Amino acid sequence: MSAPTPTPEAQSADTTAALPADLQDERLIASQGVSGFLRAFLSRLRSGDLGSLPVVVGLIVIWGVFQLANDAFLSSRNLVNLTQQSAATGTIALGIVLVLLLGEIDLSVGSMSGLSAAILAVGFVGHGWSLPLAILAALASGAVIGAVYGLLYTRFGVPSFVITLAGLLAFLGLQLKVLGKEGSINIPFDSGLVKFAQASFLSDAVAYVLVLVVVAVYVATRLRANQRRTAAGLSTTPVVALAVRAVALLVLLGIPVYVLNRDRGVSYMFLLFVALVVVFDFVIRRTRWGRSVLAIGGNVEAARRAGINVRRIYVTVFVFCSTLAALGGLLAAGRLASANQGSGGVDTNLNAIAAAVIGGTSLFGGRGTAYSALLGILVIQSISNGLSLVNLGSPERYMITGGVLLLAVIVDSLSRRSRAAHGRA
Amino acid sequence: MTATLSPATTAVLSLTGVSKRFGAVQALKDIDFDVHAGEVVALVGDNGAGKSTLVKTIAGVYTPDGGTMTFDGKQATVSSPAEAQHLGIATVFQDLALCDNLDVVANLFLGRELYTGRALDEVTMEQESWRLLRQLSAKIPSVRIPVASLSGGQRQTVAIARSLLGAPKVVMLDEPTAALGVAQTAEVLNLVERLRENGLGVILISHNMSDVMAVADRVSVLRLGRNNGTFAVSQTTSQEIIAAITGATTNAVSQRAARRESSPATTPDGTPSTSEEQS
Repeated sequence: MSAPTPTPEAQSADTTAALPADLQDERLIASQGVSGFLRAFLSRLRSGDLGSLPVVVGLIVIWGVFQLANDAFLSSRNLVNLTQQSAATGTIALGIVLVLLLGEIDLSVGSMSGLSAAILAVGFVGHGWSLPLAILAALASGAVIGAVYGLLYTRFGVPSFVITLAGLLAFLGLQLKVLGKEGSINIPFDSGLVKFAQASFLSDAVAYVLVLVVVAVYVATRLRANQRRTAAGLSTTPVVALAVRAVALLVLLGIPVYVLNRDRGVSYMFLLFVALVVVFDFVIRRTRWGRSVLAIGGNVEAARRAGINVRRIYVTVFVFCSTLAALGGLLAAGRLASANQGSGGVDTNLNAIAAAVIGGTSLFGGRGTAYSALLGILVIQSISNGLSLVNLGSPERYMITGGVLLLAVIVDSLSRRSRAAHGRA
Repeated sequence: MTATLSPATTAVLSLTGVSKRFGAVQALKDIDFDVHAGEVVALVGDNGAGKSTLVKTIAGVYTPDGGTMTFDGKQATVSSPAEAQHLGIATVFQDLALCDNLDVVANLFLGRELYTGRALDEVTMEQESWRLLRQLSAKIPSVRIPVASLSGGQRQTVAIARSLLGAPKVVMLDEPTAALGVAQTAEVLNLVERLRENGLGVILISHNMSDVMAVADRVSVLRLGRNNGTFAVSQTTSQEIIAAITGATTNAVSQRAARRESSPATTPDGTPSTSEEQS
């Protein structure tokens, strides 16, 4: 061991006594104060730990371009439409985020959402079931199919790519079968589902109160965390940084709510989607189940040896993914007030997967957040919405979405390489 | 726990007459092996000598065909790795089994996370991590960085620290210095000594004779699935151990040494001569 001269050692011993337990190593580059935070942020970016930055930048660019092309794009009316368009596929993308975290894939989410819409329509309209029963049946079909995927994967070791590709075809067939000869069933406009998906909005006041509550809860949990960390002798987030973040959160939530409120407001459907994202973010980051998912995505063998029930995690993730896809199908059916043979077609499938990847969830497993579903779907729906505003149709939409997806995957691969070079995994 | 310096007390783990067959191959035959609290026992042997089989038998991966195992004074059978861990035998395998994408805290507590209410108790886990790492005098700058950014020695430290979370009495380290540089090897050897100071029985599997001589109290040699001698490190030389490993006093290693000795130009400054100076 290299023996340092006594003087610096004595000095460092003096300073360590005052420092929190996690900041005592002399090799740590001190990043205190606002400038320190900025510096730490920049060095993280340089090393390839990009987080949500590329997609946020992408979103700003896309919105800027479309706003220049047609100034109706950022109007309140159009942005409310955008939130309505995003909710269904976004919910499906959330499920995709989960399977991607494991390093697996589900290609059948489109068919699954179509099947769920068909089951709902046939049950509710055709057989006269009550709406809750029809919804439950549709969601249950998702759960069962997810469980079957999970069992096929864990028992027979068939790659999820192949299992779900088979599912894509099989459940497309089942969807057509369930819908029967007519191939299209309209859901009554006065039904709860259609009302929920088309015409339910938070009142302005409630939306603002909700924003304040969210910020207050954020500040309260952070202060409590600081308190506990101080008690445990660990470093804390400076109060200034906390205040800056709280204000940023207030602005980030307040401005969109203000803009949306100038038109119809925040829709229940979009709120449901965002709530799901927040819940799953918590589950991924702060529960044993979520930690296990990330561990399996990083190193299955290590997870197994740590005593994690790997099979159970695989099955539950596939169940969540398919159930979320079924829920997305229901939301889409409610928004369109119908279920038909085209429900959950090719578009839905690819958009959901593209959204998760564009949002920053790695295809290689173990990296990503629930928020990538939200950010990714906003990018994809902005492109599709903006192109239709400037009178360009499907051909351009497919090509541009394809280009953005490719770009996102390239960013993922490059940042992965850079992280490896900078030792950030 | 009082770390008894003299290993004259009863062994914390001892195996008598352990055998294991794989089909027509007798991988282990009548193996006797024991570890005391506060003692480092090196397990050495050539490729195919049965080291891995013995380690896996102790770790509960294999069930032995014959023989008895006593742990902490009581007869014990382990039929799964989980059972061995529960009993108090921790094993750090060569590939470490860490999740690169997770931070040090997450890796240390993987599979046994602490909870406060409905969420993971990150604060207590971080505090515990620091306590554990300090106890090992580990040099890890931050426990909130992904394990991928750590060096080989630091990763080994994390893996060893993780094995200590279950408060084991015996720790088995499989080739802990195999892929490490000089400084990192020294770090891991310090760690092994720290484990001994904490009163743990340490089983060190290694091919590296200088590591073995540097840190072990006793060396147990396996050869072709049988015991081939146990040596107290203070009373032996690496030549003697190598002879036991290879089963001959003239072997490839000694021949090489003799060849180098005979050509004076290439003689290193005295492997044999130092022992004379010391005595």
